Amino acid sequence: MTPAPTSVVLSARAFERTITRMADEIIERNDGTDRLLLVGIQRRGVQIAARIAALITARESVEVPLGALDITLYRDDLQTVGPRPVVGKTHLPVAIEGLNVVIVDDVLFTGRTIRAALDELADFGRPARVSLAVLVDRGGRELPIQPDVVGKHVEVPVGSRVDVCVVELDGKDEVLLVATGAL
Amino acid sequence: MTSPLGKDLLGLEHLTAEQITLILDTAEPLREISERTIKKVPTLRGATIVNLFFEASTRTRISFEFAEKRMSADTVNVAPAASSVSKGETLVDTARNLEAMRIDMVVIRHGSSGAARFLAERIESNVINAGDGTHEHPTQGLLDLLTLRQKFGSLAGKKICICGDVLHSRVARSNIWGLTKLGAEVAVCGPRSLLPNAIHEMGVQVFDRIEQAIEWADALNILRLQLERMQAGYIPSLREYNRVFGVTRERLERAPRDLLILHPGPMNRGVEIDSDVADGPHSVILEQVTNGVAVRMAVLYLLAGNSPRLAEAAKGGA
Repeated sequence: MTPAPTSVVLSARAFERTITRMADEIIERNDGTDRLLLVGIQRRGVQIAARIAALITARESVEVPLGALDITLYRDDLQTVGPRPVVGKTHLPVAIEGLNVVIVDDVLFTGRTIRAALDELADFGRPARVSLAVLVDRGGRELPIQPDVVGKHVEVPVGSRVDVCVVELDGKDEVLLVATGAL
Repeated sequence: MTSPLGKDLLGLEHLTAEQITLILDTAEPLREISERTIKKVPTLRGATIVNLFFEASTRTRISFEFAEKRMSADTVNVAPAASSVSKGETLVDTARNLEAMRIDMVVIRHGSSGAARFLAERIESNVINAGDGTHEHPTQGLLDLLTLRQKFGSLAGKKICICGDVLHSRVARSNIWGLTKLGAEVAVCGPRSLLPNAIHEMGVQVFDRIEQAIEWADALNILRLQLERMQAGYIPSLREYNRVFGVTRERLERAPRDLLILHPGPMNRGVEIDSDVADGPHSVILEQVTNGVAVRMAVLYLLAGNSPRLAEAAKGGA
């Protein structure tokens, strides 16, 4: 079987540069790091958020609290209960009341994941502000949700998908555009 | 869309090790929901679940109800004494009438072994067995497995002894099926009058003395001595039972290793278990209760994937 044609959207170097820029933008948009909380969406959003938190710590010499949201139980379709559904962990290290929360995810597509994340976050309290940082915005929104910080905008042709690899889970940092052949 | 568990949860006997592991893996992160200020997720919003308890139950019914409410389902509790069952309505008619009111799931406890299966074969809604006669109590078995797995990491090769009235215990059967499927070694210990004749055929060892069980095991799952059995002459007296089979601190102190102590409740303190054991450092009895809610949430979630009405309601994409 012929492998699906792929093109590299972000190489490892570009990945690192992009995340570094995102960290700078997050500091700037939040007027520093006071009352800042980064929350990654399971799974790869968590690794990207951790990377951004480490960069902010290196830059500002402060520990930024880091949480994780699993939105599986907040999805709007039970059809995701497939042969082996995985419910991940949600962990918020501090009370979110009055904080500037930055939700971090790998790819922004329809916006339904972010809607679910906002619903889940609201169950934990009332942050002062919530913003959204994504590594890749591939367009195709089905809900009125827009990111505040974007690593890379990508035009995705019909029948293609965006794959994000992170070194912690996949052994390498890379973003690929993969043609699936489905039209 | 198909639930990885099928339509119903009737027992552990017919589940695979993979299915059991899936339930435990799903339950693990769900424990966190009970720690939140708002102990609720919207997963089963719009689902209606009927808790049909033909036998008295406090902890199992409440545990199911908490699980259902924490998943945002609407719940109805039916106590047969206050329903048309007391006028002679059959089990199937009761369930069919409820189903006609567009329910999605039924949690049933019944005094007859096989009642849950009987119902599941006749109605469309998902059926969860919350204890049927002396047959199975799968969610209790699962919460025991989860508690043991949390403590041991893996059940493979661990030695678990189920102590007490195995003959009448649905918990014992679910435990034996579940534990052996996950690779544990299982034994039972109790008076011969309270052990099934063919217990060996379930692949378990038998101990006649609690000291042997304590010597052998990594964990004891101590069953309630059903006091009503006293009248039927299964044991000479409660005092005699406690003297021979009671799990006491003195006996545990002679164990070659620290034992985990489980009990499905309600406990008869001073009969099958002494208070200083039930409340002691090796007891995980309250953790079992906490895990019970998470396990039931996991079962509801996994079965919901095979609910025809919920699937219809959920159409709309991700």
